Amino acid sequence: MSLTLEQVRRVAHLARIEISDAEAQSTLGHLNGIFTLIEEMQAVDTQGIEPMAHAQDLAQRLRADAVTEQNRRDAFQAVAPETEAGLYLVPKVIE
Amino acid sequence: MKQWEVVIGIETHVQLSTQSKIFSGSSTAFGAEPNVQANAVDIALPGVLPVLNKGAVDCAIRFGLAVEAEVAPKSVFARKNYFYPDLPKGYQISQYELPVVVGGKVNITLGQGDTATEKTINLTRAHLEEDAGKSLHEDFHGKTGIDLNRAGTPLLEIVTEPDMRSSAEAVAYAKALHALVRWIGICDGNMQEGSFRCDANVSVRPLGQKEFGTRREIKNLNSFRFMQQAIDYEVQWQIATIEDGGRIEQATVLFDPDTGETRAMRSKEDAHDYRYFPDPDLLPLIIDRDWVERTRSAMPELPAAKKQRFMADYNLSAYDATTLTSSLEIADYYEAAVAVAGNAAAKPCANWVMVDLAARLNKDGKELADSPVSAAQLGGLVARIADNTISNNIAKKVFEALWNGEGRSADEIIEKQGLKQITDTGAIEALIDGVLAANEAMVAEFRAGKEKAFNALVGQAMKATKGKANPQQVNELLRKKLG
Repeated sequence: MSLTLEQVRRVAHLARIEISDAEAQSTLGHLNGIFTLIEEMQAVDTQGIEPMAHAQDLAQRLRADAVTEQNRRDAFQAVAPETEAGLYLVPKVIE
Repeated sequence: MKQWEVVIGIETHVQLSTQSKIFSGSSTAFGAEPNVQANAVDIALPGVLPVLNKGAVDCAIRFGLAVEAEVAPKSVFARKNYFYPDLPKGYQISQYELPVVVGGKVNITLGQGDTATEKTINLTRAHLEEDAGKSLHEDFHGKTGIDLNRAGTPLLEIVTEPDMRSSAEAVAYAKALHALVRWIGICDGNMQEGSFRCDANVSVRPLGQKEFGTRREIKNLNSFRFMQQAIDYEVQWQIATIEDGGRIEQATVLFDPDTGETRAMRSKEDAHDYRYFPDPDLLPLIIDRDWVERTRSAMPELPAAKKQRFMADYNLSAYDATTLTSSLEIADYYEAAVAVAGNAAAKPCANWVMVDLAARLNKDGKELADSPVSAAQLGGLVARIADNTISNNIAKKVFEALWNGEGRSADEIIEKQGLKQITDTGAIEALIDGVLAANEAMVAEFRAGKEKAFNALVGQAMKATKGKANPQQVNELLRKKLG
């Protein structure tokens, strides 16, 4: 399997990454290289082996349901580009 | 004219009643100042790691057990990638291929009384995920304000099979689910605050056709009435579009309560491709049998089982039992009242809870939890009707007195206000004698064959006893004296 230039542009758009035509071309080459590697791995017989969701075969640790955090809004908002009335301000988005 | 069949599936976002967020120790309390409950994890500062809240998993297990689903021994968290300013990480942590709850069912009742029918709505799955923040589009100098207090609030997204065939079925399902999640204590059910939000996937197809039509998804229905209106509008819009020769395009739509119409939000063209993949920050969630069984043993009796028991133990009709198990609060209240009044008075207790108490609460705009009359007080009142200490009419007075806090118990009020029913025959006879002497004209009319005069005399006699005599007893004694 190999990607098309169109697919590369679509993935870049979904990831909100701006790429030039030259970058799209070179990215296509890199990604197809990765696909070649995946194809090699897919040649390995994995019949009957359950896919792992994580590289480590461990279980998720859980925390007790308790509020442990303090309000640190001032510290966080000190480094935000723009705030007002406790809100972070961003360019207008209406869907 | 072609016959159309409506097909509806529902996705519900249920906000779980935990103290803290699903992946951080921030508070989930509603209504705080913007961004004071958003810590480094919630606002996605670099280098932070999520740690799963056990309380959220407990809620998912409870739900799985309540709908007879499989609680997955192993489930996996995945990243759902999309860009929006109220989602600071650029992805939502959700579950995709391996959800925590698989299958399950919710039974709904359609119609009332003798014509009521039951239907089973099958569930596909339920998975844990985090909520996003809130975007405020009011004018901040042409900018959007972001409040991340809600970011990371635990949600259980419950997905049905496309099993519903009308807006009425959809609403019945939503109501049943709403009652259930409150019953098992995993959600406060507050729809205004967004604790219970439904999306409806709606399509139509010619009756008899096997394949589903193209569906449109109505987002964020936060009231049962809007759900009904939105689906009804959407269905007639889809049918009209097809009958006019058009085609339905898959789309996400919003319902506008002001116009009663649905309108497309985004089409398939720019539909999101979420590029799900297992979240490397989180290991698989393992739930062992012990945990499930411990949870099972701590589950309350479920509505359907309680309804059957109410019918069997208290001899209630299906209608009464359904009403009294519409929420855990009303069921507990009822049982506490019966415990005081006695099983023999179970039916009058049901009437008092469903009719008199409900009407009084309604009049004052109060919820059952805020009732000034406790279940024990109401049970005590019903007990005094059952043992003939007071009549039903006097009981209404005592109830009002209890409501107004004029005494701690029905007994105290009956005693203090001298409301005890007069059962002493001699005392009643004396009062009747007085009434007969004062109403010679009526007595003469009765003797002349006018039955109406008798009723008037009964009325006079009851008045003389200030309503405290048993009407039937007065009736009998009066008849004897006139006979």
